[in-house]
Amino acid sequence: MNQYDAIVIGGGHNGLVNGAYLARAGLRTLILERRDIVGGAAITEELRPGFKFTTFSYALSLLRPEIIHELELVRHGFMPLLMPSTFCPMENGDSLVVGQDRNENLKEIARHSPRDADAYDQYSHDIAMVVKAVKPLFDQIPPNLWDTSPEGLAELASLARHLRGIDKDVLMNLVRLLTGSAADFLDGYFESDILKGWLSSSSIIGTRVGPMSQGSGLVLLFHGMGEHDGEFGSWAFHKGGNGAFTQVLARAAQGFGAEVVVGSEVERVITSNSRATGVALADGTEYHAKIVVSAADPRRTFTEFVDSRELPLDLVDNLRKYKYQGSSSKVNFALDALPQYPSLPGRGDMFRGFTNIAPTIEYLERAFDEAKYGWYSTRPYIDGCIQSTIDPDMAPPGKHVMSCFVHYTPYQLKGSDWPTERDRMADNVQATLESFFPGFNDLVLQREVVTPLDIEQVAGLPEGNIFHGELFASQLYFFRPAPGWNQYRTPIDGYYQCGSGTHPGGCVTGGPGRLASQQILRDLANGAPASTAAD
Amino acid sequence: MLRLSPFHERVAAVNQTSLWSHWAGHLVVDKYQMSEKFEYFAVRNAVGLFDSSPLYKYRIVGPDAERYLSGVLARDPRPLQPGEAQYTIWCDDRGFVNEDGVLFRFGPDEFLLTAAEPNLAYFANLIEGRAVEIHEVTEEIGSLALQGPRAYAVLSQLAPGLDTLRPFDHTRAEIGGAQVTVSRTGFTGDLGYEVFCDARDANAVWDAVVAAGTPHGLLPIGQTALVMTRIEAGLLLVNVDFEVSRFAENDEHRSTPDELGLGWMLTGLDDDSRPFIGRRALVAERSTGASRWRMMGLLVDPFDYQRKFTEADMIPPKDHVPVYGDMMVYDDEVKRVGYATSFMYSPVLQRHIALARVRPDLAVTGTRVNLEFTINHRYVQVAADVVRNPVFRPARRSALPGANNDHRTQGAIA
Repeated sequence: MNQYDAIVIGGGHNGLVNGAYLARAGLRTLILERRDIVGGAAITEELRPGFKFTTFSYALSLLRPEIIHELELVRHGFMPLLMPSTFCPMENGDSLVVGQDRNENLKEIARHSPRDADAYDQYSHDIAMVVKAVKPLFDQIPPNLWDTSPEGLAELASLARHLRGIDKDVLMNLVRLLTGSAADFLDGYFESDILKGWLSSSSIIGTRVGPMSQGSGLVLLFHGMGEHDGEFGSWAFHKGGNGAFTQVLARAAQGFGAEVVVGSEVERVITSNSRATGVALADGTEYHAKIVVSAADPRRTFTEFVDSRELPLDLVDNLRKYKYQGSSSKVNFALDALPQYPSLPGRGDMFRGFTNIAPTIEYLERAFDEAKYGWYSTRPYIDGCIQSTIDPDMAPPGKHVMSCFVHYTPYQLKGSDWPTERDRMADNVQATLESFFPGFNDLVLQREVVTPLDIEQVAGLPEGNIFHGELFASQLYFFRPAPGWNQYRTPIDGYYQCGSGTHPGGCVTGGPGRLASQQILRDLANGAPASTAAD
Repeated sequence: MLRLSPFHERVAAVNQTSLWSHWAGHLVVDKYQMSEKFEYFAVRNAVGLFDSSPLYKYRIVGPDAERYLSGVLARDPRPLQPGEAQYTIWCDDRGFVNEDGVLFRFGPDEFLLTAAEPNLAYFANLIEGRAVEIHEVTEEIGSLALQGPRAYAVLSQLAPGLDTLRPFDHTRAEIGGAQVTVSRTGFTGDLGYEVFCDARDANAVWDAVVAAGTPHGLLPIGQTALVMTRIEAGLLLVNVDFEVSRFAENDEHRSTPDELGLGWMLTGLDDDSRPFIGRRALVAERSTGASRWRMMGLLVDPFDYQRKFTEADMIPPKDHVPVYGDMMVYDDEVKRVGYATSFMYSPVLQRHIALARVRPDLAVTGTRVNLEFTINHRYVQVAADVVRNPVFRPARRSALPGANNDHRTQGAIA
């Protein structure tokens, strides 16, 4: 009764991935989800009959391809749909549409700058080579710099060998990206404002940096790590929205024998002599296991589920300094018809992928300026998606849903709060859309506003940070979520972390869930923390 | 100028790529817009519209039509009722396959046979005084295939009564003011229908279908998207996966029905009431176990594929555009045990797949073989699993269409 080999706290995508791997390895696994629906921040909700909203997360790219095969996701309905193009409207009414045909792209980019055409080929190639070099590190448990055991030293030596094998030019680009700004990096290739505006958008998503800030290059690289069918930097919709994807994960986990229980809020991890022995729910129910895995963010993992006095002080201090500071919102619309773009009259095909409202780097940087001082952008960056243009299951025939990712909307507002400002923020979004797509306001049937506070309160992500903590160099790899605790373990034996606050980080990657399961299974094979679990 | 499809005026107006190719003597579209993969997804996720008019079509009528066809075709057409159709093949008298097509029955003495290549002389020469006439009606008929999970939702707005149409059934209907035949057939392995109309009604039918389908994500699809779906569906293409026996140079280029995995249609081989071309040879092939191959599917091991390319310092390509031409299949001793004839990356399966012949003793689901690739200008073998075709088999392919067109029907995990 209530006895398991492993209990995973949180039925978001990483919790489901982790639980599926543990169950696949033969552990009797329980996945507990606080809400009445699994998926965490990857859910699809029918907020209006026939209209499916991707409330939070809205597209796929960084999902680690190994997971698709190892967890047999196709069998359970995994179906990523190609986004055939990206549409970048401009303030002068012109636009950039980049699609799947290289020759068309060369022609379209050359319209804005002839020299940017082959520069785009060069840029794509250079980024691909950096991604190829980094990918093995992205998909492996990072070494612990302070682990002096033979195994730990061997891991470090292996890392050094890998770095040593990277071509000089590729490594130089990697360092530029890891340490510099996206604007500087892009200036090394391009002259066209719209091309740079579009590409630099990936350097700010989910992060409180502007494209001219140092650190934005890293976010640019991070998003470049994604792939769709082997093409780096390419994105897809999941059929039925990202909520349908987490349903696939849940079916896969159940297929391997995991139990998924919703409506079960974990209050604390039960410990005994600094060992995890189970979890207690808010309603008093207890479940017991020698492995407890938290898919929640570092703050909840270390300071809410357990008593921080159980932890070393340096860890507690580093977690206190760990930056969340969510800066993103969602404003989602049910639309009566497709928006119209005046210079492409009668056309709707350009809406089949991202509609990227970032006409220049300066546009983004000015949007960031307001956030620096604690306010939301008057003219925000918007990443719009009308999935219903390619997935008829998302809206009734002829109608549409539009997901808009909005940047910047800082969690902490100076002199006001989100309950007061939410509609004004969404009005800014709508006014921005209206300025690019005259008549947009008349198309709106319904509007859903999701502020950082909503992301925190509904999805449970502290301060609404979509990545479980900023993608800063000080919060990645050796240091995610804290130096010495980047290998999914915690100071409490049998208690593990597998959320986006661990390597490789945020986005719907599944990487943390997968790598954490490898660590857990390796520890079990080595006889820790309990030999009974594998029985 | 090649022959034009009856839909050419409409098709040309929406072909944004200026890419055309030649098929069955006609000018046809490779892809309508810049991504053939996007068109492919219309079939797997919404509905694709394909102009299949170029297929050769033969009207076969007369009191001896059924008897004639029973002797010419390898699959027994006699059980076919009016309102039904069947996939069929015709062999030579050594049991080698000439071609394949779909046979429709409209009445006791009235049939229509489709073919990818011209066959009029071949069929006509076999009449030998029987009371049957064969007319080529290719140019008189336009045909449009609507394929994908939304195909029923679109067509049922235009024509009632399609809900009871089982695979290969057909019925009369009126679409766009024109009399048409709607059949539950296609070349995609998905839920799908074909609409046959008088060529003179082509524009009206196209317009009605496009108007009904656009809100459901209907997209015209070209040749490339179609052949992607047919590989996933395990459907063979003449002169790609097999050659026409009567034009082959030697037996290495010929295949029997059993070798093509089509043995399931050879019923009643011991039925003396139906002598047909190739029967004796096919009986002999079975009794002596003389089959050299079996056509199967291959699923490439994604981990081995990733590993072999990564070891060669290459980003593993996942190209969905089908590759035709022999790719060797080996066992672990590097002995050739087969060859693949169609290869692609399947976006819905997230795997590289192939249609391949393997030695009959290896034609068991789960057999491990090695498929040969060229990596860094060297031959490299990658592990693959032998599986039965089709490798992609959605339930909607054969189920009666209901209101639920989701690609998966499992309940949500609330």
